[in-house]
Amino acid sequence: MAALPIFQPDLMFDDTPRAEFFAGVRAELPLLLGVVPFGLIFGVLGLAAGLPGWAVVLSSSLVFAGSSQVVFAQLWGGATPPPVMVATVGVVNLRHLLYSAAVADFLRNLPWRWKFLLAYLLTDEAFAAAIGRLRDGPPTAHRHFFLLGTGFTLWAGWQLSTLGGVLLGAAIPENWSLDFSIALTFIALLVLSVHRRSDAWAAIAAAVVVLLALALPHKLGLLVAAGVGIAFGLFMRRFDGKKP
Amino acid sequence: MSTTVLLLTMAACGLVTFLIRLSFIAFGHHLPDDPRIEAFLRYVPPAILGALIAPEIFMVGGNMNASLDNPRLWAALVALLVARLTSSVLATISAGMAALWVLQGWPY
Repeated sequence: MAALPIFQPDLMFDDTPRAEFFAGVRAELPLLLGVVPFGLIFGVLGLAAGLPGWAVVLSSSLVFAGSSQVVFAQLWGGATPPPVMVATVGVVNLRHLLYSAAVADFLRNLPWRWKFLLAYLLTDEAFAAAIGRLRDGPPTAHRHFFLLGTGFTLWAGWQLSTLGGVLLGAAIPENWSLDFSIALTFIALLVLSVHRRSDAWAAIAAAVVVLLALALPHKLGLLVAAGVGIAFGLFMRRFDGKKP
Repeated sequence: MSTTVLLLTMAACGLVTFLIRLSFIAFGHHLPDDPRIEAFLRYVPPAILGALIAPEIFMVGGNMNASLDNPRLWAALVALLVARLTSSVLATISAGMAALWVLQGWPY
Protein backbone atom coordinates (compact mmCIF):
# COMPACT_ATOMS: atom_id res chain seq x y z
CA MET A 1 0.00 0.00 0.00
CA ALA A 2 1.53 3.27 -1.06
CA ALA A 3 1.51 6.34 1.13
CA LEU A 4 -1.54 8.53 0.82
CA PRO A 5 -0.97 11.81 -1.01
CA ILE A 6 0.40 14.37 1.38
CA PHE A 7 -1.82 17.39 1.73
CA GLN A 8 0.08 20.48 0.67
CA PRO A 9 -1.52 23.68 1.88
CA ASP A 10 -1.29 25.90 -1.16
CA LEU A 11 -3.55 28.88 -0.84
CA MET A 12 -2.98 29.94 -4.43
CA PHE A 13 -4.18 26.63 -5.80
CA ASP A 14 -7.88 26.11 -6.27
CA ASP A 15 -8.65 22.41 -5.98
CA THR A 16 -12.40 22.46 -6.47
CA PRO A 17 -13.55 19.95 -9.12
CA ARG A 18 -14.81 22.86 -11.19
CA ALA A 19 -11.48 24.75 -11.14
CA GLU A 20 -9.52 21.60 -12.00
CA PHE A 21 -11.90 20.73 -14.83
CA PHE A 22 -11.66 24.16 -16.46
CA ALA A 23 -7.89 24.27 -16.00
CA GLY A 24 -7.83 21.02 -17.99
CA VAL A 25 -10.09 22.52 -20.66
CA ARG A 26 -7.75 25.53 -20.98
CA ALA A 27 -4.69 23.25 -21.21
CA GLU A 28 -6.31 21.26 -24.03
CA LEU A 29 -7.59 24.12 -26.20
CA PRO A 30 -4.29 24.90 -28.01
CA LEU A 31 -4.01 21.23 -29.03
CA LEU A 32 -7.37 21.45 -30.78
CA LEU A 33 -5.61 23.55 -33.44
CA GLY A 34 -4.06 20.35 -34.74
CA VAL A 35 -6.94 18.03 -33.88
CA VAL A 36 -9.83 19.87 -35.54
CA PRO A 37 -8.24 19.84 -39.05
CA PHE A 38 -7.41 16.16 -38.54
CA GLY A 39 -11.05 15.50 -37.61
CA LEU A 40 -12.27 17.37 -40.68
CA ILE A 41 -9.88 15.41 -42.89
CA PHE A 42 -10.90 12.12 -41.29
CA GLY A 43 -14.54 12.95 -41.97
CA VAL A 44 -13.79 13.67 -45.61
CA LEU A 45 -11.52 10.69 -46.21
CA GLY A 46 -13.76 8.29 -44.31
CA LEU A 47 -16.41 8.94 -46.97
CA ALA A 48 -13.75 8.75 -49.71
CA ALA A 49 -12.72 5.31 -48.41
CA GLY A 50 -16.28 4.09 -48.80
CA LEU A 51 -17.70 4.23 -45.27
CA PRO A 52 -21.24 5.54 -44.92
CA GLY A 53 -21.48 8.94 -43.21
CA TRP A 54 -23.12 7.62 -40.05
CA ALA A 55 -20.31 5.08 -39.61
CA VAL A 56 -17.63 7.75 -39.94
CA VAL A 57 -19.31 9.84 -37.23
CA LEU A 58 -20.01 6.81 -35.03
CA SER A 59 -16.39 5.61 -35.18
CA SER A 60 -15.32 8.86 -33.54
CA SER A 61 -17.23 7.96 -30.38
CA LEU A 62 -16.95 4.15 -30.53
CA VAL A 63 -13.25 3.90 -31.36
CA PHE A 64 -12.16 7.46 -30.53
CA ALA A 65 -8.55 7.13 -31.71
CA GLY A 66 -7.81 9.20 -34.81
CA SER A 67 -5.07 7.36 -36.67
CA SER A 68 -6.67 3.97 -36.01
CA GLN A 69 -9.99 5.30 -37.33
CA VAL A 70 -8.19 6.28 -40.55
CA VAL A 71 -6.78 2.75 -40.73
CA PHE A 72 -10.23 1.33 -40.06
CA ALA A 73 -11.73 3.32 -42.94
CA GLN A 74 -8.89 2.33 -45.26
CA LEU A 75 -9.12 -1.39 -44.43
CA TRP A 76 -12.91 -1.34 -44.73
CA GLY A 77 -12.54 0.18 -48.19
CA GLY A 78 -10.21 -2.72 -49.06
CA ALA A 79 -12.74 -5.38 -47.93
CA THR A 80 -10.53 -6.71 -45.12
CA PRO A 81 -11.82 -9.57 -42.94
CA PRO A 82 -13.10 -8.15 -39.61
CA PRO A 83 -10.66 -10.09 -37.34
CA VAL A 84 -7.71 -8.63 -39.26
CA MET A 85 -9.22 -5.15 -38.94
CA VAL A 86 -9.63 -5.51 -35.18
CA ALA A 87 -6.08 -6.85 -34.76
CA THR A 88 -4.64 -4.06 -36.89
CA VAL A 89 -6.52 -1.34 -35.00
CA GLY A 90 -5.25 -2.91 -31.77
CA VAL A 91 -1.64 -2.74 -32.95
CA VAL A 92 -2.05 0.88 -34.07
CA ASN A 93 -3.36 1.77 -30.60
CA LEU A 94 -0.85 -0.29 -28.60
CA ARG A 95 1.07 2.86 -27.64
CA HIS A 96 -1.79 3.78 -25.31
CA LEU A 97 -0.44 1.11 -22.95
CA LEU A 98 2.29 3.59 -22.11
CA TYR A 99 -0.24 6.32 -21.26
CA SER A 100 -2.32 3.93 -19.20
CA ALA A 101 0.75 2.95 -17.19
CA ALA A 102 1.77 6.60 -16.76
CA VAL A 103 -1.57 7.77 -15.31
CA ALA A 104 -2.44 4.59 -13.35
CA ASP A 105 -0.70 5.75 -10.18
CA PHE A 106 -2.71 8.96 -10.07
CA LEU A 107 -6.06 7.24 -10.52
CA ARG A 108 -5.64 4.18 -8.33
CA ASN A 109 -7.94 5.30 -5.51
CA LEU A 110 -10.81 6.32 -7.76
CA PRO A 111 -14.03 4.30 -8.09
CA TRP A 112 -14.46 2.07 -11.14
CA ARG A 113 -16.81 4.42 -12.97
CA TRP A 114 -14.05 7.05 -12.96
CA LYS A 115 -11.46 4.56 -14.14
CA PHE A 116 -13.69 3.52 -17.04
CA LEU A 117 -14.51 7.10 -17.98
CA LEU A 118 -10.93 8.35 -17.87
CA ALA A 119 -9.65 5.25 -19.72
CA TYR A 120 -12.17 5.92 -22.49
CA LEU A 121 -10.96 9.54 -22.73
CA LEU A 122 -7.23 8.67 -22.63
CA THR A 123 -6.00 9.89 -26.03
CA ASP A 124 -2.57 11.13 -27.16
CA GLU A 125 -3.58 14.76 -26.79
CA ALA A 126 -5.54 14.46 -23.52
CA PHE A 127 -2.61 12.61 -22.00
CA ALA A 128 -0.04 15.10 -23.30
CA ALA A 129 -1.94 18.06 -21.85
CA ALA A 130 -2.65 16.45 -18.46
CA ILE A 131 0.44 14.48 -17.50
CA GLY A 132 2.36 17.59 -16.41
CA ARG A 133 -0.41 18.59 -13.98
CA LEU A 134 -0.75 15.03 -12.64
CA ARG A 135 2.96 14.41 -12.21
CA ASP A 136 4.23 17.79 -11.05
CA GLY A 137 1.18 19.64 -9.66
CA PRO A 138 -0.09 19.42 -6.08
CA PRO A 139 -1.38 15.89 -5.28
CA THR A 140 -4.83 17.08 -4.33
CA ALA A 141 -8.07 15.11 -4.12
CA HIS A 142 -9.69 16.42 -7.31
CA ARG A 143 -6.80 16.38 -9.75
CA HIS A 144 -8.51 13.70 -11.86
CA PHE A 145 -10.96 16.45 -12.87
CA PHE A 146 -8.05 18.03 -14.74
CA LEU A 147 -7.69 14.89 -16.87
CA LEU A 148 -11.46 14.88 -17.32
CA GLY A 149 -11.19 18.47 -18.59
CA THR A 150 -8.48 17.70 -21.17
CA GLY A 151 -10.17 14.43 -22.19
CA PHE A 152 -13.65 15.88 -22.56
CA THR A 153 -12.41 18.92 -24.53
CA LEU A 154 -10.59 16.71 -26.98
CA TRP A 155 -13.58 14.38 -27.22
CA ALA A 156 -15.98 17.22 -28.03
CA GLY A 157 -13.58 18.77 -30.57
CA TRP A 158 -13.08 15.40 -32.26
CA GLN A 159 -16.81 14.60 -32.52
CA LEU A 160 -17.70 18.02 -33.93
CA SER A 161 -14.82 18.16 -36.42
CA THR A 162 -15.57 14.64 -37.68
CA LEU A 163 -19.19 15.59 -38.19
CA GLY A 164 -18.06 18.76 -40.00
CA GLY A 165 -15.76 16.71 -42.23
CA VAL A 166 -18.57 14.33 -43.19
CA LEU A 167 -20.86 17.24 -44.11
CA LEU A 168 -18.02 18.89 -46.06
CA GLY A 169 -16.81 15.66 -47.65
CA ALA A 170 -20.16 14.92 -49.24
CA ALA A 171 -19.64 18.08 -51.31
CA ILE A 172 -16.09 17.32 -52.50
CA PRO A 173 -15.65 15.63 -55.91
CA GLU A 174 -13.64 12.39 -56.10
CA ASN A 175 -11.10 13.62 -58.63
CA TRP A 176 -9.54 15.95 -56.06
CA SER A 177 -7.55 12.86 -54.94
CA LEU A 178 -8.39 13.65 -51.32
CA ASP A 179 -7.73 10.02 -50.40
CA PHE A 180 -4.04 10.98 -50.61
CA SER A 181 -4.51 13.01 -47.42
CA ILE A 182 -4.51 9.65 -45.59
CA ALA A 183 -0.88 9.09 -46.58
CA LEU A 184 -0.04 12.72 -45.82
CA THR A 185 -1.53 12.52 -42.33
CA PHE A 186 0.52 9.40 -41.66
CA ILE A 187 3.68 11.04 -43.02
CA ALA A 188 3.21 13.91 -40.56
CA LEU A 189 2.59 11.51 -37.66
CA LEU A 190 5.58 9.40 -38.72
CA VAL A 191 7.97 12.34 -38.70
CA LEU A 192 6.70 13.27 -35.23
CA SER A 193 7.36 9.72 -33.99
CA VAL A 194 10.93 9.46 -35.36
CA HIS A 195 13.49 10.59 -32.81
CA ARG A 196 16.35 8.18 -33.51
CA ARG A 197 17.83 6.64 -36.58
CA SER A 198 16.46 3.22 -35.59
CA ASP A 199 12.90 4.65 -35.54
CA ALA A 200 13.36 5.60 -39.19
CA TRP A 201 14.76 2.14 -39.99
CA ALA A 202 11.67 0.53 -38.43
CA ALA A 203 9.48 2.62 -40.75
CA ILE A 204 11.58 1.91 -43.85
CA ALA A 205 11.69 -1.83 -43.22
CA ALA A 206 7.92 -1.96 -42.66
CA ALA A 207 7.33 0.08 -45.85
CA VAL A 208 9.44 -2.28 -47.98
CA VAL A 209 7.92 -5.42 -46.47
CA VAL A 210 4.34 -4.23 -46.85
CA LEU A 211 4.84 -3.77 -50.60
CA LEU A 212 6.37 -7.25 -50.88
CA ALA A 213 3.62 -8.69 -48.68
CA LEU A 214 0.71 -7.29 -50.71
CA ALA A 215 0.26 -10.77 -52.11
CA LEU A 216 -0.53 -12.16 -48.64
CA PRO A 217 -4.19 -13.11 -48.20
CA HIS A 218 -6.72 -11.22 -46.06
CA LYS A 219 -4.71 -7.97 -45.87
CA LEU A 220 -2.38 -9.62 -43.36
CA GLY A 221 0.52 -7.76 -44.98
CA LEU A 222 0.10 -4.79 -42.64
CA LEU A 223 0.53 -6.87 -39.50
CA VAL A 224 3.45 -8.83 -40.95
CA ALA A 225 5.15 -5.62 -42.10
CA ALA A 226 4.64 -3.95 -38.71
CA GLY A 227 6.20 -6.99 -37.01
CA VAL A 228 9.22 -6.96 -39.31
CA GLY A 229 9.56 -3.18 -38.87
CA ILE A 230 9.54 -3.45 -35.08
CA ALA A 231 12.10 -6.27 -35.19
CA PHE A 232 14.36 -4.32 -37.55
CA GLY A 233 14.10 -1.19 -35.38
CA LEU A 234 15.10 -3.22 -32.32
CA PHE A 235 18.02 -4.67 -34.29
CA MET A 236 19.23 -1.25 -35.54
CA ARG A 237 18.94 0.18 -32.03
CA ARG A 238 22.54 -0.81 -31.25
CA PHE A 239 23.81 1.59 -33.94
CA ASP A 240 21.97 4.61 -32.50
CA GLY A 241 24.77 5.65 -30.18
CA LYS A 242 24.03 6.79 -26.66
CA LYS A 243 20.70 8.56 -26.77
CA PRO A 244 18.01 8.55 -24.13
CA MET B 1 -20.38 -6.12 -46.39
CA SER B 2 -23.46 -5.56 -44.37
CA THR B 3 -24.29 -2.83 -41.90
CA THR B 4 -24.33 -5.35 -39.05
CA VAL B 5 -20.80 -6.53 -39.83
CA LEU B 6 -19.63 -2.92 -40.02
CA LEU B 7 -21.22 -2.08 -36.67
CA LEU B 8 -19.88 -5.19 -34.93
CA THR B 9 -16.37 -4.71 -36.33
CA MET B 10 -16.35 -1.09 -35.24
CA ALA B 11 -17.62 -2.00 -31.77
CA ALA B 12 -14.90 -4.66 -31.46
CA CYS B 13 -12.25 -2.11 -32.49
CA GLY B 14 -13.62 0.30 -29.88
CA LEU B 15 -13.57 -2.39 -27.20
CA VAL B 16 -9.96 -3.38 -27.97
CA THR B 17 -8.88 0.27 -27.90
CA PHE B 18 -10.72 0.85 -24.61
CA LEU B 19 -9.17 -2.25 -23.00
CA ILE B 20 -5.67 -1.11 -24.03
CA ARG B 21 -6.31 2.26 -22.39
CA LEU B 22 -7.86 0.67 -19.30
CA SER B 23 -5.11 -1.94 -18.88
CA PHE B 24 -2.78 -0.40 -16.33
CA ILE B 25 -5.42 1.90 -14.85
CA ALA B 26 -7.47 -1.16 -13.91
CA PHE B 27 -5.10 -4.05 -13.33
CA GLY B 28 -1.68 -2.78 -12.45
CA HIS B 29 0.15 0.27 -11.37
CA HIS B 30 3.40 0.18 -13.31
CA LEU B 31 4.91 -1.20 -16.47
CA PRO B 32 7.02 -4.22 -15.56
CA ASP B 33 10.50 -2.86 -14.97
CA ASP B 34 11.86 -4.23 -18.21
CA PRO B 35 13.50 -1.90 -20.74
CA ARG B 36 12.73 -4.40 -23.50
CA ILE B 37 9.00 -3.68 -23.23
CA GLU B 38 9.51 0.03 -23.64
CA ALA B 39 11.97 -0.59 -26.50
CA PHE B 40 9.40 -2.79 -28.24
CA LEU B 41 6.58 -0.28 -27.83
CA ARG B 42 8.70 2.59 -29.14
CA TYR B 43 8.98 0.97 -32.60
CA VAL B 44 5.26 0.24 -32.95
CA PRO B 45 4.22 3.71 -34.22
CA PRO B 46 6.98 4.19 -36.84
CA ALA B 47 6.64 0.60 -38.10
CA ILE B 48 2.86 0.71 -38.43
CA LEU B 49 2.97 4.17 -40.05
CA GLY B 50 5.65 3.08 -42.55
CA ALA B 51 3.50 0.09 -43.46
CA LEU B 52 0.42 2.29 -43.90
CA ILE B 53 2.12 4.95 -46.02
CA ALA B 54 3.87 2.81 -48.64
CA PRO B 55 0.76 1.29 -50.30
CA GLU B 56 -0.95 4.70 -50.35
CA ILE B 57 1.94 6.03 -52.44
CA PHE B 58 2.85 3.08 -54.65
CA MET B 59 -0.51 1.35 -55.15
CA VAL B 60 -2.73 3.51 -57.32
CA GLY B 61 -6.06 2.04 -58.38
CA GLY B 62 -4.99 -1.47 -57.38
CA ASN B 63 -1.79 -1.44 -59.46
CA MET B 64 1.78 -1.07 -58.27
CA ASN B 65 3.47 2.07 -59.61
CA ALA B 66 7.06 2.19 -58.35
CA SER B 67 8.36 4.32 -61.24
CA LEU B 68 9.75 7.83 -60.94
CA ASP B 69 6.83 9.34 -62.86
CA ASN B 70 4.44 8.47 -60.04
CA PRO B 71 3.22 11.92 -58.88
CA ARG B 72 2.29 10.55 -55.44
CA LEU B 73 5.93 9.63 -54.80
CA TRP B 74 7.11 13.21 -55.36
CA ALA B 75 4.21 14.73 -53.46
CA ALA B 76 5.03 12.41 -50.54
CA LEU B 77 8.67 13.57 -50.60
CA VAL B 78 7.51 17.20 -50.51
CA ALA B 79 5.28 16.33 -47.55
CA LEU B 80 8.14 14.55 -45.80
CA LEU B 81 10.35 17.61 -46.16
CA VAL B 82 7.61 19.97 -44.91
CA ALA B 83 6.90 17.65 -41.98
CA ARG B 84 10.59 17.69 -41.02
CA LEU B 85 10.75 21.47 -41.25
CA THR B 86 7.45 22.41 -39.57
CA SER B 87 6.34 19.43 -37.41
CA SER B 88 2.83 20.54 -38.37
CA VAL B 89 0.23 18.01 -39.51
CA LEU B 90 -1.80 20.73 -41.21
CA ALA B 91 1.19 22.19 -43.12
CA THR B 92 2.26 18.69 -44.20
CA ILE B 93 -1.16 17.81 -45.59
CA SER B 94 -1.53 21.19 -47.33
CA ALA B 95 1.91 21.00 -48.96
CA GLY B 96 1.46 17.37 -50.04
CA MET B 97 -1.98 17.96 -51.57
CA ALA B 98 -0.76 21.12 -53.32
CA ALA B 99 2.23 19.22 -54.72
CA LEU B 100 0.02 16.37 -55.96
CA TRP B 101 -2.40 18.76 -57.63
CA VAL B 102 0.44 20.61 -59.37
CA LEU B 103 2.08 17.36 -60.51
CA GLN B 104 -0.98 15.59 -61.86
CA GLY B 105 -2.70 18.73 -63.09
CA TRP B 106 -5.64 20.41 -61.36
CA PRO B 107 -8.67 18.22 -62.03
CA TYR B 108 -10.57 21.02 -63.77
